Amino acid sequence: MSVSDPAPASPAVSVPVATKPFYWTLRREFWEHRALYIAPLAVAALILFGFTVSLIGLYGRAKELAQLTEDEKAAAIVQPYHFAAAAIIFTALIVSVFYCLAALYNERRDRTILFWKSLPVSDLTTVLAKASIPIVILPLLYALIIMAMHVLMFLINSAGRIAFGLSTAPLWTHVPLFQMEVVSLYGFVTQALWYAPIFAWLLMVSAWAKRSPFLWAFLAPAAVIIVERIAFNTHYFGMLITHRLFGGLEAAFAGSSVTARGAVKVAGPKFPVIGLEQLDPVKFLSSPGLWFGLVIAALFLAAAIWLRRYREPI
Amino acid sequence: MTCIEAHGLRKTFGATIALDGIDLRVEEGRILGLIGPNGAGKSTALNAILGLTPFQGELKVLGRNPWTERDKLMRDVCFIADVAVLPRWMRVSQALDYVEGVHPKFDRTKAEGFLGKTTIKRASRIRELSKGMVVQLHLALVMAIDAKLLILDEPTLGLDLLYRKQFYDALLNDYFDHSRTVVVTTHQVEEVQNILTDLMFIDRGKIVLDSSMEDFEARYAEVLVSPEQVAAARALRPIYERQVFSRTVMLFDRVARDQLRPFGEVRTPSIADLFVALIGGKTATAQGVAA
Repeated sequence: MSVSDPAPASPAVSVPVATKPFYWTLRREFWEHRALYIAPLAVAALILFGFTVSLIGLYGRAKELAQLTEDEKAAAIVQPYHFAAAAIIFTALIVSVFYCLAALYNERRDRTILFWKSLPVSDLTTVLAKASIPIVILPLLYALIIMAMHVLMFLINSAGRIAFGLSTAPLWTHVPLFQMEVVSLYGFVTQALWYAPIFAWLLMVSAWAKRSPFLWAFLAPAAVIIVERIAFNTHYFGMLITHRLFGGLEAAFAGSSVTARGAVKVAGPKFPVIGLEQLDPVKFLSSPGLWFGLVIAALFLAAAIWLRRYREPI
Repeated sequence: MTCIEAHGLRKTFGATIALDGIDLRVEEGRILGLIGPNGAGKSTALNAILGLTPFQGELKVLGRNPWTERDKLMRDVCFIADVAVLPRWMRVSQALDYVEGVHPKFDRTKAEGFLGKTTIKRASRIRELSKGMVVQLHLALVMAIDAKLLILDEPTLGLDLLYRKQFYDALLNDYFDHSRTVVVTTHQVEEVQNILTDLMFIDRGKIVLDSSMEDFEARYAEVLVSPEQVAAARALRPIYERQVFSRTVMLFDRVARDQLRPFGEVRTPSIADLFVALIGGKTATAQGVAA
């Protein structure tokens, strides 16, 4: 065979270069799932826009505020900040759920799994990288986005007050930025860990389902609840799910409790911001629910790794 | 050095037998064409070699078990499945970044060099590229990897003539050297006939033919026989006959060319004709199927 290339043998490149498969798998997820960062940024932009527009009525509201008690005043001033954080938290949940369900399903549906598997990246690395997105990366990223958004709101708020000739002092008194950001970061991290088994379950379904991972992920637990109810007239599984969905706040914050209907009440709402003294990492880390959940998450992830190895394009 | 070695390689899907205990040995530096009808077990064999599917029997690729050591194996094995597996959402530059980030033997400069010969833009998303360009990109990525084994599964499916020709030219001129091994499956056998060093036919999970191209050329001969000589030629037991206008083309297995010359011009059959003779024409000439 005639080979026109003069020197095809290249002994120079025999030393393997250090690679970072985990890091690049993470990067790749953000390239593929741009909603991971576009969604919260879009929500934040909308909130900032709405907040800026709302400044038109600031002067009138400031006058009404003057009639209220200090507590009511504080609540009214800080309320948009809470609303903004809640919107981002809600976005985080939605984005995480859809991400998990797509993460190991799309690559099989569009056959790109054949490309990913043609590269020296193990199924373990791939699945752990994908799992770390909702459990580690997004909580930190979204807490950061909330912080940036709060700072911008504070600046816009101050600018508005100055424009109307009002004092910015009530903002400094009633918008405890530092405290809010610490609470939001702590809340994000603890709740993501608490939700780890849910994300791992979604990832496993995404690796397993041949079609409609969304339906499988939600109907399978629903079916278990119904079957348990009919067969034994009990609802342990349903309670387990409820505890998983709503018990995280109780585990992470002191003085909070879950009501009979599953709603969580964080105690001490006199001041409308959760106090730093209510962050209770010791209680959280010693709660059996956290560790039970993490064990379940590990089992689901192991199953997802196993499935990714066996599953073929669909 | 042996690149791929299999003994009694077997794979079943329920009651369907995809690979029926095949033995296989591919030496380093060969270009093997794996040819078979749809559903013959080609893809299953490749999937087993690539560690994409579990199997029974013994299989070593570059000395490793592909099923248990896929990620390590993939440092030395490259794989182009077909034109559709590059992620459509990815940008060309991201594909380069990613492969560079995860593959220890990827030479980015080389890949950029190959891409420089094409019209592919770095900022394009793969979904914006034509089928031919996607294959050019995939080939550029793969050729920049200093791998020992390259597996091509229908790499030129759906491409136009120019891209197909370019594909194999690039592969031969810029990639292949005698320390690398290539395994290719394709239905377009005529375009690989001249580049293969080895040929393997697979049908219903079994290997029907396993031959080097030299042996293939020495063993099989094709003669165009005129009607009055058909009876005489048949006495030499052709393994396959077909009609071309009023004359008969006969394919012989292990018949000396000197014996055939009186009947007409003797030539090496195309892989496609032999394929039809051994696999397509099974029922007509059952006695001719070579093991």
